Amino acid sequence: MMTKKTEENIFKVLMVLSTSIIICGFLLIMGSVLIKGLPTLSIEMLTEVPQGGYYFGKGGGILNAIVGSLYLSLGATFLAFIVALPVSLFMNVYLINKNKLLNVIRYLLDLLWGVPSIVYGAFGFIIMVYFGLRTSLLAGIITVALFVIPIMIRAMDEVFKTVPRGLIEVAFSLGSTKSETAFKVFFKQVIPSVVTAVLLSFGRAIGDAASILFTTGYTDSIPTSLLEPTATLPLAVFFQLSSPIPEVQNRAYASALVLILIILIISLLARIISNKNNLKKFNIKNAVNKRFIYYKNIRNNYNLSYKKRRKSQQ
Amino acid sequence: MKATETEIKINNLNVFHGNHHTLKNINIEIPKQKITVILGSSGCGKTTLLKCLNRLTDLYSNIKVNGEIIINGEDILHSKEDITNIRRKMGLLSQMPYPLPMNIYNNIAYGLKISGRKKKKYLNKRVEYYLKQINLWEEVKDRLKDPASSLSLGQQQRLCLARGLTVDPNIILADEPTSALDPVSSNAIEELFLNLKQHYTTVLVTHTLRQAKRIADYVVFMYLGEIIEQGPADEFFNNPKMEKTKSYLRGTSN
Ligand SMILES: Nc1ncnc2c1ncn2[C@@H]1O[C@H](COP(=O)(O)OP(=O)(O)O)[C@@H](O)[C@H]1O
Ligand SMILES: [Mg+2]
Repeated sequence: MMTKKTEENIFKVLMVLSTSIIICGFLLIMGSVLIKGLPTLSIEMLTEVPQGGYYFGKGGGILNAIVGSLYLSLGATFLAFIVALPVSLFMNVYLINKNKLLNVIRYLLDLLWGVPSIVYGAFGFIIMVYFGLRTSLLAGIITVALFVIPIMIRAMDEVFKTVPRGLIEVAFSLGSTKSETAFKVFFKQVIPSVVTAVLLSFGRAIGDAASILFTTGYTDSIPTSLLEPTATLPLAVFFQLSSPIPEVQNRAYASALVLILIILIISLLARIISNKNNLKKFNIKNAVNKRFIYYKNIRNNYNLSYKKRRKSQQ
Repeated sequence: MKATETEIKINNLNVFHGNHHTLKNINIEIPKQKITVILGSSGCGKTTLLKCLNRLTDLYSNIKVNGEIIINGEDILHSKEDITNIRRKMGLLSQMPYPLPMNIYNNIAYGLKISGRKKKKYLNKRVEYYLKQINLWEEVKDRLKDPASSLSLGQQQRLCLARGLTVDPNIILADEPTSALDPVSSNAIEELFLNLKQHYTTVLVTHTLRQAKRIADYVVFMYLGEIIEQGPADEFFNNPKMEKTKSYLRGTSN
């Protein structure tokens, strides 16, 4: 017979074990990237484009990939934003009385979220071929935007869903149209979560390699127009790591380190903003709880007297 | 004294939530510029009835509303008129204050702005006017730029009442507006209703009998989606006819 105590202990061990696996994994990844990348990381790497023979260990840096990645993910995030914001507002204000349709839309978006990014890459490639586009910053931006849009919509939607119905009803009861409700009231309430969703999506956009594999190409110069190909950090890691030369391989780790740092900064920002948001939410929640308790007391008193009444009736 | 006119006439109103028959054959004539109190225990359909009046029921899926609600000779449930205009004739005060996510000034100015009033000078004057009407001006005149959520709950609820008045309604709909407030704030709200009653038709939902007794002119008593009894307040409280009403009045008053 297993006692409560052994059961408890087994679960405790399991929990400690799985937690340590996660932490160890994280430390191992960070550690190996740091050990191999940090010594190679230099001002030169951050501020110069590859010179001739860079991929055989000669001088230069990955500025082309850093700038390219920033261009690409800024462009894609912007493009995704101007699609995702209206869609999520539309879902939560215009479709407020269409529960079934909303469920279908959310399900589809979750499916799209789950589609591997290489599929978006392949899709982007088909479109490029169809329109006779060459590998370019623009093609990459469009592909990554497609990949990020469902993520951004659902990230916004999850928070928009929590806006109290009472607020929406109040806006409508004042005679607001749907667009006034959406943009003048609803949007003001959710601005912090919009910022968070955008930053999270930016993190996804800059880190993804598969969706840009066929679409952006790769070049040693910094792109000067949307129609030029561009280097990106994930692909810089990929190409340099494929080299047989150890120095170049180390540069791959240095590039990975740069990428990780950018993502770290972005998610830290997102964290800070959403914490501020949480803080506010927490206060609101507290206030609501207080109200709720007050209300519950009234209700309880009322129910008590109601029960008394019922008893006296019988 | 002239006989009371009817502001809202509800004919054979039936509401279904899915298969649940929430409101059954509701017929009420709500008198003009009086306080009509809808009384009943929770879950009996009071909120649903109120939401039918300004068609907030449009915002729910899975709800069916049948019957007529006649205001100014027009059935608002089947009207061709723009729903925003219909809603503007009614100010809504909900159970909890939901200030708009903006500052105190703009909470009042919002209704004016969406009605097309944009002149700063006019807005300033009107904001002051409405805040005075709900006795909030002295308390907030130095902090109009603060977020409305920084006010106390009672102040917020008064602000919400004023906000509802800015679109110049004839009717005030209030859904248990004092249930979340402390007694002092509750009294302030009740007093406001009594003051406003000469200009507005008020429909007030409550489940506190004492409140109903204090301010009702006309009472509608509901039980499980049906109207058990309705009539002028004096008659309803002093001379109830139905057995259910009598036991309800007995139960809560002892
Ligand atoms: N959105 C909804 N979906 C399903 N049922 C609902 C909904 N809103 C209200 N109801 C049902 O309608 C009945 C009346 O609710 P309500 O009008 O909120 O009562 P009250 O305001 O008197 O407490 C309740 O039994 C509730 O279950
Ligand atoms: Mg209710």
